[in-house]
Amino acid sequence: MNLPSPNPLLLDLAVLAIGLIALLMEAFEDEKKKTFTGWMSVFGIGMIFVFSLFAHPMSYDGVYQFATFYMADATALFFKRIALGSTLLVLIMSLEYRGTLARYIPGVGEGGQSEFFILPVFACLGMMWMASAADFVMIFVSLELVTISFYVLVSYMRRSAVCLEAGVKYLILGALSTGFFVYGIAWIFGVTGQTNLGSVAQVLRQLAPGAQSGALFGMALIMVGLGFKIAAVPFQLWVPDVYQGAPTPVTALLSVGSKAAGFIVLMRVLGMFASVPSLHGKILAVTAGMAVLTLIYGNFAALPQNNLKRLMAYSSIGHAGYLLVAMASLGDYTVSTVSFYLAAYLLMTLLTFLVMIVVQRATGGDDIACFKGLSQRSPLLAFGMLIAMLSLAGVPFTAGFLGKFMVFRDAILQKQWLLVAVGAVTVGAGFYYYLKVVCAMYWNIATETSAIEATTLTKVTVVVLAFLIVCLGVYPQPILSMLE
Amino acid sequence: MLNLLIAIPIVAAIAVLLGAPARRTALLASALNFILTLLVLFGYNQAKGGYQFQSSVSLVPEWHLAFYLGVDGLGILMLLLTVVVAVAAIWVAPPPEKIERAPNLYYASLLFIAAGATGAFASLDLFFFYAFHELALIPTFLLIGIWGTGDRAGAAWKITIYLALGSFVLLVGLTGLYTSIPADSRTFDIVRLQEMARTGAIHAPPWVYLCTMLGFGVLVSLFPFHTWAPQAYASAPTPATMLHAGVLKKFGLYGLLRVALPLMPQAAHSWNTLLLALLAGNILYVGLVTISQKRLDSMLGYSSVMHMGYIFLGLASMNLIGVTGAALLMFAHGLSIAALFAIAGNIRQKTGTLEFSQLGGLATPLPFLGFAFGLAAFAAIGLPGFGNFAAELMVFFGAFKNGGPGLAFSDFQIVTVVALWGVVISAVYMLRAYRAVFMGETPARWAGLSDCCRCSSENSCCIRPAIALLLALLLVAGFQPQLFVNLVRPAILPAVTHAVLSK
Repeated sequence: MNLPSPNPLLLDLAVLAIGLIALLMEAFEDEKKKTFTGWMSVFGIGMIFVFSLFAHPMSYDGVYQFATFYMADATALFFKRIALGSTLLVLIMSLEYRGTLARYIPGVGEGGQSEFFILPVFACLGMMWMASAADFVMIFVSLELVTISFYVLVSYMRRSAVCLEAGVKYLILGALSTGFFVYGIAWIFGVTGQTNLGSVAQVLRQLAPGAQSGALFGMALIMVGLGFKIAAVPFQLWVPDVYQGAPTPVTALLSVGSKAAGFIVLMRVLGMFASVPSLHGKILAVTAGMAVLTLIYGNFAALPQNNLKRLMAYSSIGHAGYLLVAMASLGDYTVSTVSFYLAAYLLMTLLTFLVMIVVQRATGGDDIACFKGLSQRSPLLAFGMLIAMLSLAGVPFTAGFLGKFMVFRDAILQKQWLLVAVGAVTVGAGFYYYLKVVCAMYWNIATETSAIEATTLTKVTVVVLAFLIVCLGVYPQPILSMLE
Repeated sequence: MLNLLIAIPIVAAIAVLLGAPARRTALLASALNFILTLLVLFGYNQAKGGYQFQSSVSLVPEWHLAFYLGVDGLGILMLLLTVVVAVAAIWVAPPPEKIERAPNLYYASLLFIAAGATGAFASLDLFFFYAFHELALIPTFLLIGIWGTGDRAGAAWKITIYLALGSFVLLVGLTGLYTSIPADSRTFDIVRLQEMARTGAIHAPPWVYLCTMLGFGVLVSLFPFHTWAPQAYASAPTPATMLHAGVLKKFGLYGLLRVALPLMPQAAHSWNTLLLALLAGNILYVGLVTISQKRLDSMLGYSSVMHMGYIFLGLASMNLIGVTGAALLMFAHGLSIAALFAIAGNIRQKTGTLEFSQLGGLATPLPFLGFAFGLAAFAAIGLPGFGNFAAELMVFFGAFKNGGPGLAFSDFQIVTVVALWGVVISAVYMLRAYRAVFMGETPARWAGLSDCCRCSSENSCCIRPAIALLLALLLVAGFQPQLFVNLVRPAILPAVTHAVLSK
């Protein structure tokens, strides 16, 4: 049977439609039915995710006018799936999170929870566009769609001071980095007269070396802007506070979706600059430098953390470091390495956050101490968390290990010895702080022994995610063949 | 067949985690594995040689990554060691009612360790060879952390971080090896790689061998990376120690023998001096440290580190007799150290202490343990009649043969002489321990102890069958080493011939 495969562009439009319908329903529906928007978003995004698995890469050259803006190659499609998958899981988490959310937002008359399920849909749309963006203008617009959705989501719990602090920090630093990014685009445009990635590279290649300094400056500014999005050192300062303060599902989306979107843009921009022979060495040296700093800062600052959300913030910085290692070792495998690593990262991070939300609701906190004796209180959740932590640390038979293997294979192939040496040390550090959570769950005896309950949907999701992590750790072929 | 060998413990572990009766399931699984391994042993066609019982499932065709299993004589010997020690360790484990917390997790962890070791020895794919060894890492972390004694937290962190770092260095080395092959013929297939090495298609830079040597070295507690071992072995629950000291530690040596030596013989020659210096540290320095120990468990831990020096010496000699001796010593040492730790654990259970100053005269109330400890200690020292003697003798012959012409001693011969003194050192600490624990006046508080016990809820299980199994195999290896030598020699011969040629 030959199923009609959906046009990748349709996926984006469908997400847009879901978001708009949900917004209209929120505006015109009865107060009582408003929990419905949550389920509708979950269901809608879930359906689109399933459809996206049947989509095939397409070339729009000569078909549409905007083909210079928008591309739908295998990589773009893969990152659309990542965006859809992470949004879906985050929406499932948000359903678990309702109770906590209700405590921190004012009564029904002043606006309720519905937008909490609608804004991620728009953020998802932004990420999907970003995956397809082939033009600086398009990149900028989609980046802003994501970032502005996050400004609202991060500070969603209006009665929590920590949450508001996080929102302000994210807003100010986010706006600043956007400024850098636009300024960089302006410089590139000023030098080359182009905004399309392909054309910019073409013009740059023909420029005399002396005339490139403007483009170099623009490139540096763009790296600053993107460094903020992917949480690379030295643009990581916002990460711990924002991650800790934001509502947990938002933190999850921030650490997975936003990062994945940042990396696809970085991959495209970096590839573009690296294709210019005179810039090749410079841009890779900058990336390698950022990778070293990010690895060291993320992994070593994570060591003393006692709060799991903060720990995950530093861990997110650390993983950005490994991804930057892959970027700095630009070669034939880079796209598949980065994509696989992000897919693995998505599974293990979202599994962690999902378990965290359930435990947070039951114990009222997200310190590592709250996980004491989880193996007795809920063996299933503890086991899911165990798999997630092992994968994050990079133990074989998990997707996380395979991702790290691919990163270091690329680094060795490109003879990036410094990155390999630093990576070896940081992997050891990672073992310590991830196993700290395992240690709390399994070694320590619970102070309270009441069982922790979770909804069936959550339990099923935990099992599926853990299963996928182990499966991809042994059999990565499905992901790799998606990228061909 | 080999697939089953790996699947049985994993399935059993999952069943135990889901609530199956822990001890019965675990014993059944390990007994089944024992029988399967015997079938493999007797089904292996020695006349034909080579890798048999092969099965392969391609996973990533583009990388030539496959779940590829198969064994030769050496693999079978290691599998035999694994299943024997696993049966003994699970037998020795306390009955579930006696385990304070989560008994099912305890047994499942043991099964996972056994599965990891089995998988590592049966894999012919570099990737899974490495991955299976790591499978044991986390169960060990849990076993020591939850049920350990003494400074269990410190010991668990130390062994985990040490082994994680060591394996990562190893991973870098193996990846370096993988990437040093031309892009179109890159493969994880060990058999293919060995063929390529023989035809000279692999040109790994020297650092690759150094990384694998040090990586494997950390896993085997090569001096000066040995400090994790005694501490972890002293704290870990007895069955975990038996499996780790007896079986898992041999993985690093097996890796050197299976991967590093045959694939990079030139590099092996050039790093040999460093290896000799480090292994002399194992024998002499750690040997002297062992003498000064004041507790039975840490003494055994250090002694196991020390004996790794002999095996390294055999591997470094790179001739047929030396390497065969090393393989045999891996087997014999695994059995003897597992027996010693089992007895020590039983004594701790009975008396609550392993301090030499507290113990004494235990041979009177505990004649069987005294007798068995004596036998195992003699084996560990290397007295004739036990596998260790035959193996150590071969190692010494092999290493001494590497002398140059003329009167001056080569570095190999100097280290061999040092190693011979190591035998005296082992005799000193083993016999001193034996005297301190079993000889002399029996203090009144130990007089009431009794040797045997039925498997009941008040008492721990009788460890006699487990010890008897281990010692019996040791004696077989001692009186008929030819059986095992014939098994492993064909597996070692090609690698050694190649190594000598490429000198």
